[in-house]
Amino acid sequence: MFDNFMILFDAPVFSIDLLVNGMLIGAIFVLAAYGMALVWGVMNIINVAQGEFVMLGGYVTLVVVKLGLNPLFGIPISALVLYAIGWLMYRSVIYRVVDRDVFTSLLATFGISILLAQLTNQVFGANVQTIDTGLGTWYFMNGDVTVAIIKVIAFVLAVFLGLVLWLFLKKSRTGQAIRATSQNPRAARILGIDTHRIYATTYSVSAALCGAAGSLVVMAWAVHPYIGLPYTVRSFMVVIIAGLGNLPGVIMAGLGLGVAENFAGFILGTEFQIAFVFLLMIAVLVWRNFALRRQRKYLK
Amino acid sequence: MKNNKRKFTTYFYSLLAAFSLLPLSVQASVEGNTITLGAAVSLTGKYSTNGKHTKNGYDLGVKVINEHGGVVVNGKKYKIAIKYYDDESTPARGAQLAERLINQDNIKFLLGPYGSGLTKAMAPVTEKYKVPMVEANGASLSLFNKGYKYLFAILSTTEQYLQPAVALAAEMAKDPKKVRVAGAFENDPFSQDISTGVFADAKKRGMKKIIDDKLPPDLNDMSATLTKVKALKPDLLVVSGHAKGAALAIRQISDMKVNVPMLALTHCDSADIIGKFGKAAEYALCAAQWDRDLSYKDKYFGSAENFAQRFEKTYGYAPPYQAAESAAAVLVYKDAFERAGKLDPTSVRNAIAKTHMQTFYGNIKFDKTGKNIAKPMVLFQVQDGKYKVVAPTRWANAKLRWPTPPWSKR
Repeated sequence: MFDNFMILFDAPVFSIDLLVNGMLIGAIFVLAAYGMALVWGVMNIINVAQGEFVMLGGYVTLVVVKLGLNPLFGIPISALVLYAIGWLMYRSVIYRVVDRDVFTSLLATFGISILLAQLTNQVFGANVQTIDTGLGTWYFMNGDVTVAIIKVIAFVLAVFLGLVLWLFLKKSRTGQAIRATSQNPRAARILGIDTHRIYATTYSVSAALCGAAGSLVVMAWAVHPYIGLPYTVRSFMVVIIAGLGNLPGVIMAGLGLGVAENFAGFILGTEFQIAFVFLLMIAVLVWRNFALRRQRKYLK
Repeated sequence: MKNNKRKFTTYFYSLLAAFSLLPLSVQASVEGNTITLGAAVSLTGKYSTNGKHTKNGYDLGVKVINEHGGVVVNGKKYKIAIKYYDDESTPARGAQLAERLINQDNIKFLLGPYGSGLTKAMAPVTEKYKVPMVEANGASLSLFNKGYKYLFAILSTTEQYLQPAVALAAEMAKDPKKVRVAGAFENDPFSQDISTGVFADAKKRGMKKIIDDKLPPDLNDMSATLTKVKALKPDLLVVSGHAKGAALAIRQISDMKVNVPMLALTHCDSADIIGKFGKAAEYALCAAQWDRDLSYKDKYFGSAENFAQRFEKTYGYAPPYQAAESAAAVLVYKDAFERAGKLDPTSVRNAIAKTHMQTFYGNIKFDKTGKNIAKPMVLFQVQDGKYKVVAPTRWANAKLRWPTPPWSKR
């Protein structure tokens, strides 16, 4: 462990490599976490199927490539298809559990996640799938820092979509309705907002964001039917650290998570990568609890 | 009173249900002139691809044996059949199904499932009922240090998987003591066994271990490990993490332009690294249990190549080694039935223990713990978009390309 630390000390260039690659994988977490933050904040549902939407996005892109299109078209197409799947899931399952307690919806989305993983396995088989974009890699500093171009696209897209989402929520009528519904669904309904339509839109937008993320995952890494869970867990952590409805926070937390994982994997060894990140999460929660307690006012 | 009545009805129906199941369960292992083997393989779940290869291998083995007149035990001719269940890729289900095959279906001879994890779950059950299990897809060494008497594996065990790569690295370096080895192994029994084998072998040759990373099972990125490889520049990098480990390794090594003179992997063919990555996969070394170019022969399939052609004709794809070893497992049963001359589990078990034969898949001879000690692993290298055998030298059909040139020159 100490040896690994010394490497970074002796050759700082590798910390840049870790930092850059960490931020690039963090960008994928950010995309998946936007959706989770949205669904959680607006509908009070912790969507366990988030990672499966990412996985499905990857498979949609695979189909797109099989049809002979450029893999980059896969990003918007995956988002659109996943929007439709999200809508379908809302209409068939989620709308029945949206007003129930968190435990019910947790079970329902867990069921969806199993269903989607097994269906994908039936249709596409359990093999690992990946797509070569042929975009190549940028080198810096004598090849010690390398950045795959597809990952840069992922990063730019994550920030861009974050911006679009923020504008959408702030400015558009639907965005305003979503925010109103999240604040008080009953009042929103009284004011004539069709909350079920809003919920459906929210859930589908979340799925679409995951679809775009999955499309990038299959091009920069690899997918298989059971890849969902790591992405669900990561987006869950990002949302917990960032807090609900805090999009800049989600970006910071997602990128930070990717970087922290990479450094932990390098210094402590990959077996402690996840453990370290979870410790970090606990530390953040404890610290936040203290910070909040200081502001809490008691009425006695 | 009403409550009692309802209770009675429940009992009555459950009894009825139990009886209705009875006729199904009377299906003996040997009935008329058919010997039924039992197998739980993964037809759904994460091992379903390899489960399918396993089942196809078993089925082809049975088909060819029956074509050749079946099994002759004590002058009587028998056909072979297999009763399958789907273990859903979950060990607990596998153990349940082993129990079911033995107790309900009355099957006395089992074939193995796919994978070390499933085999590990089923072996205690077959051991408890003293039913032999010949398995072809559970390679973990940990299966063979528990004193099991009824478990036989026809494949090479995990610690041997990448030993040929270590040997090659030693051969290529002028001074093996200067060779620095880096390993990234998934944190599961199979890959950790491989890790133990590789590092034990490296230590014996005086090589230095510089990286030993345990990749998390829900692996989705290995850039931390690869940055370390870039920094420390090992002479040999060994990666094992099933198909996704192989795919991620090739993808990220080429994306991050990691230069390493020798890269050795497992599961190249199930990850289809040549088909998916093309040029990026060149120079990679891959461990395999079997190859169609090997010169083994038997009287049912003929040569390894004959088996491969027959398999292709039947199923429409080239046989991965998982299918070959599964077909060979059925041959072991046939041989043992005939030598035992009786069809009770104990005699058959003793006959299996004395197996000494050559199949198209390789030589088979079990040691006391039940693992096959007569067949070495082979090592491929990806050369010009094809897998070429480079070790052991006896079967090598190509010369090792070493060292792998840096990415700037590829």
